[in-house]
Amino acid sequence: MRIEIPEFSLVALIGATSSGKSTFAGNKFKSTEVLSSDFFRAMVSDDETNQNVSGEAFDLLFYALKKRLDLMKLTVIDATNVQQSARKRILDTARENNVHSVAIVLDVPEKTLLERNAIRENRRLPESVIKNHVNQLRRCVKRLKREGFRFVYVLNTPEDIDNAEIVRTKLWNDKKDVHGEFDIIGDIHGCYGELRELLEKLGYVDNADGIPVHPDGRKAVFLGDFTDRGYNNIGVLRLAMDMVKNGNAYSVVGNHEVKLLKYLNGKNVNIKYGLDRTVAEIEKESPEFREEVRNFLDSLISHYVFDDGRLVVSHAGIKENYIGRGSGRVREFCIYGDTTGEVDEYGLPVRRDWASEYRGRAVIVYGHTPVTAVTAVNNTYCIDTGCVFGGKLTAMRYPEKEFVSVNAYDMYCEPVRPIATEKTDDTGDMLIIDNFNGKMNIRTELIPSINIDENNVNSALEIMSRYSADPRWLIYLPPTMSPCETSSTENYLEYPTEAIEYYRKNGIKKVVCEQKHMGSRAVIVLCHTPETAIKRFGTDDGTSGIIYTRTGRRFFDNPETERELLKRLDKVLTDNNFWTDFNTEWVCLDTELMPWSAKAQGLIKTQYAPVGNAGKNSLDMAVKLLEKACSRESINTEVSALTSGQNTNLNSILEKYRFRRDAIEKYVTAYREYCWTVKNTDDFRIAPFHILAVEGNVFDNKTHVWHMENIKKYICTDKIFMATPYICVDTEDEISIETAVKWWSELTASGGEGMVVKPEYYTAINGNKLLQPAVKCRGREYLRIIYGAEYLYPEHLRRLKKRSLSRKRTLALKEFSLGTESLKRFVNGEPLYKVHECAFGVLALESEPVDPRL
Amino acid sequence: MILTITYKGRNTQDLGYLLHKNPYRPQEFSLNSGKAYVFYPEVSDAVTTMALLLDINPVDLAKGKQGTGTGGLFDYVNDRPYTASSFMSTAISRLFSTAINGNCDKKPELVGKPLDLTANIYSIHGTDNFARKIFEPLGYTVKTTKNVLDEKFTEWGESPYIDLEISGKVKLSDLLNHIYVLIPVFDRQKHYYIDEAEIDKLIAHGGEWLAEHPAKEEIIYRYFLMKKSYAHRTIDLLTEEIPEIQETQETEQVSDKKVSLNTQRLNTVKNAILESGAESVIDLGCGECRLTKILLEIQQIKKIIAVDVSAHELEKAKRRLHYDTMNEHQRNKLTLMQASLTYRDKRFSGFDCACVIEVIEHIEPSRLGAFERNVFGYARPDTVIVTTPNSEYNINYGFITDGRLRHTDHRFEWTRKEFMQWTAKICKEYGYTVTISGIGDVDDIHGTPTQMGVFKKCV
Repeated sequence: MRIEIPEFSLVALIGATSSGKSTFAGNKFKSTEVLSSDFFRAMVSDDETNQNVSGEAFDLLFYALKKRLDLMKLTVIDATNVQQSARKRILDTARENNVHSVAIVLDVPEKTLLERNAIRENRRLPESVIKNHVNQLRRCVKRLKREGFRFVYVLNTPEDIDNAEIVRTKLWNDKKDVHGEFDIIGDIHGCYGELRELLEKLGYVDNADGIPVHPDGRKAVFLGDFTDRGYNNIGVLRLAMDMVKNGNAYSVVGNHEVKLLKYLNGKNVNIKYGLDRTVAEIEKESPEFREEVRNFLDSLISHYVFDDGRLVVSHAGIKENYIGRGSGRVREFCIYGDTTGEVDEYGLPVRRDWASEYRGRAVIVYGHTPVTAVTAVNNTYCIDTGCVFGGKLTAMRYPEKEFVSVNAYDMYCEPVRPIATEKTDDTGDMLIIDNFNGKMNIRTELIPSINIDENNVNSALEIMSRYSADPRWLIYLPPTMSPCETSSTENYLEYPTEAIEYYRKNGIKKVVCEQKHMGSRAVIVLCHTPETAIKRFGTDDGTSGIIYTRTGRRFFDNPETERELLKRLDKVLTDNNFWTDFNTEWVCLDTELMPWSAKAQGLIKTQYAPVGNAGKNSLDMAVKLLEKACSRESINTEVSALTSGQNTNLNSILEKYRFRRDAIEKYVTAYREYCWTVKNTDDFRIAPFHILAVEGNVFDNKTHVWHMENIKKYICTDKIFMATPYICVDTEDEISIETAVKWWSELTASGGEGMVVKPEYYTAINGNKLLQPAVKCRGREYLRIIYGAEYLYPEHLRRLKKRSLSRKRTLALKEFSLGTESLKRFVNGEPLYKVHECAFGVLALESEPVDPRL
Repeated sequence: MILTITYKGRNTQDLGYLLHKNPYRPQEFSLNSGKAYVFYPEVSDAVTTMALLLDINPVDLAKGKQGTGTGGLFDYVNDRPYTASSFMSTAISRLFSTAINGNCDKKPELVGKPLDLTANIYSIHGTDNFARKIFEPLGYTVKTTKNVLDEKFTEWGESPYIDLEISGKVKLSDLLNHIYVLIPVFDRQKHYYIDEAEIDKLIAHGGEWLAEHPAKEEIIYRYFLMKKSYAHRTIDLLTEEIPEIQETQETEQVSDKKVSLNTQRLNTVKNAILESGAESVIDLGCGECRLTKILLEIQQIKKIIAVDVSAHELEKAKRRLHYDTMNEHQRNKLTLMQASLTYRDKRFSGFDCACVIEVIEHIEPSRLGAFERNVFGYARPDTVIVTTPNSEYNINYGFITDGRLRHTDHRFEWTRKEFMQWTAKICKEYGYTVTISGIGDVDDIHGTPTQMGVFKKCV
């Protein structure tokens, strides 16, 4: 016997004890698909025959079932299921989870059952139990359909049971193997002329039979609501039917189809909301045509899932957890939308805003609710632009996500409720906690899956909530940067050769060495006009840009300073034709803002300077006292190591303290280098090093030379904007490397922090390994303010050289891919929460404990 | 970190006997986190100086402490190797244990005799005033020197450190005990974990003189790094009297000694909740859960959710509420959860009353809109109670002129007018009515320190 079941369904096996359910399940299904009551009895009580723990066992079974259904996994319940109450629980679960239910009855003759039971060794049951099961089963078989099982199969003999073949069928909505491309067309409502014009505009041409066909094989997808209110309802219906029949269109069902079908089926319907016009037209048609329409309408399904699950269409939208499922509730939702059951002051149903809560990866295209312009919220697109109400008929081209519209020729009908100009329940900057709570998993282009620990998510939530700027501005947070491998050169912790070697051994021939500025990281987002800020970023504070720190906090407490700096940046960009050359109204820059003391003032005053002050003072005195003591004669006496201190050589101690005093002086010199007093904006220095993104473009595919040269050309014509000195190095050429070492040595000798070595291209991959986007190589003097004034003392340095970079490097890669992802999502117009997810992720990763000196 | 002790008079080389350290034999000692050197820069009949130099290894110090949050880096760039701290006290008690206990076999006659002694400490945290307050009552002449923090940037102000010199006619053992106890009082950090043994140490080294010291409470509190229970027990042991504790963390509390403003505020809020008839309350930004603690005792309230954005703060609140041992009835009433007021949260819905007590002033002004929509737009409880400082009243704290705020984390403080305008905007946008009142002592011109708005949802 051929048993056809939907590939996603909930299957209940029904059969008395010993009817061979477990064997059947084992032979016909994957072991992981079968949830057996015996298994769960054993799990909770160590005894699979223990009938006293049925309650606990089934609780656990249904819990597991729910998880599987959430993941859309076919599941088989292996239990007797002869009692109505047991089946009811299964059916309720199926309905609750919008999954088809299947009953497979194993109706084995009572005689066979008793024989099997008799030869069972350890779990023989009283005969009365089996007889009872058989009776219950016989009584229920006929009722199963009525109880609610969508498919019922009865297997009467052991042979039938053995020979049964399970065939899994696809759900009707499953068109995942159809990849398009598509032109999805919104609610038409009898606007025949507009539909014709739209199809023409989309490139469709009539074939010999007068049916529009696209020369590139594109398919039209209708969102339903073909008829009512308009002037040529039958024309639209006929055209759609022809295109669907001809295989160059798909259609889902709309609420107006449901009503028309009811009418054609002779049911009692309220001929309102424009149905009167359709009825009048259709009454003139032949009975054959009416039958054809009836069949067509009857065949329409609630939604389609196309293109490997990347595209979903339905008339009125769909919730994420309904996609790909089939049930009455899903169908209702797809046809009528997210209604509350209440009516508003116009007598129309009140709708809930499912789209603002949608977090799925699939693009959802729907109609049903007329809007003045296409409304895009969180990957969902409402394209019913109210043609019949005098608006437009709109098509969305997929995958291009372009919109093509034609204006209505007339207003055929007054809308009952004013057409929404914008979504009333707009999410704006209001992010939903659910996406930023508990463990996070972020998929990026560069690293397919980034997991973030709950603790880190918790701290990021706190930082974001308490300190960060408006999340709409935070389209990028910069990644951390790893130092180069620890140097083997004596007296150095970091040295250029290791940095260059990292890239050479990873197959990179050309690297760029950029001077590393010692300031504070600053990301600048600037819109040419405040209007762009509103339009593109959705911000509403009247500013046209922001400067923020690596943790997403506004860089300046004083808004005036920020405003002035942004104004100067806008001026240079305007003067140098940046906006026109890059064809953009906004730009995002990665920069270093100096002096260090501008942002780190508190830190310098409470930490760096006091250490220098106390150090200089006490080491000076130590040297003086030691000098004095050394000028006196001392004697060594034989002493016991247990009772007293050991003899010591004051001269060597003096030498050590002179070294220390010298070190602390150099430390003070080092931090002073990065401090100066800022009186006005002229005293700031900003060194941009990446033009991260502009409208339509993320520059992650450019070379660093491109970034450097464009920055020089377009930005560095105002003295506060500094071009960064850099040199290009051939990693395989000894002389070239030698030049880099020399360049670095000179740079750091004169107080520079060091340099950053980057691969030629912004994103570098070796085989399938993502490489560090940059490694830093810091100067010997600079490192005193990181590792302590005296870190070069041989004994200290020896220990400091044992440092591990692997954690830092893993973090750097994750944060880098999140940063790029974030920009791409923003540039691609993805919803706020998708962009915020990446920025949030970077912040969360930054609370991962790593050696802060790296 | 250096301590010198100078003995002036005759036969001052005897200092070597008193300290049990031969003036002609420089010595070194191993300590847990470095080394100590004892040597004599000057030895003569008239003047003898002993120097104790501590060589604290910063790398040792930081070991195993990597990534302790923001403090992480500070472990490496650290004043510990250079300033006098509890390391010095530990070294004194180890190296001079005989002398500090007043023993000397060779020169017993000198032990009980006040000598002309001077101690110099190079770099210790503190001010001249404080040094005088601490050492002058003990009979010392005090001299200090202070430097600018960085001579290249004089605008950064003075250094937090001083060089300290104390001199007087004093027994050597007393001098050592004084230094032993009082160095950590200046420094206020200890390199080891403070436990009960610390009480015994303090009694042993300070028992004789500390009870009479006019600044004994301050000394004791600082010695125990503000661990009050230890300080109380020590004061009990020393004096058998219990002092008043002064909390100095929030400016407000200083000026409200009778019933603290915080208590007044909580009572007013509690009454407003009771009046509203609310049975379920969400405490948004619960902090230490002071309000929640009060609400738990009220029968009318059947359900409380305490929300804070800081997971750390919630852990502290849990301890404060004794959550782990709380009876089941209370525990069923209460849920603590981490959430953010600027992220839309379904869990905020379904409450009769939301309390937002001293919270909005901690939100960035640019994020206030998100908070408003979250609470008034989406959660929409019947009653919302908001309290926030009245900035006009700040004049009574004496810092109105410089625009200083009451707390470093405050992003703004509103005048009564600003608060009123804000509440009016909320009412208009979200369909609420509001009643505004003041909490705390009334100043006829500037109002009360706290202002409260009780919002009611329009039906």
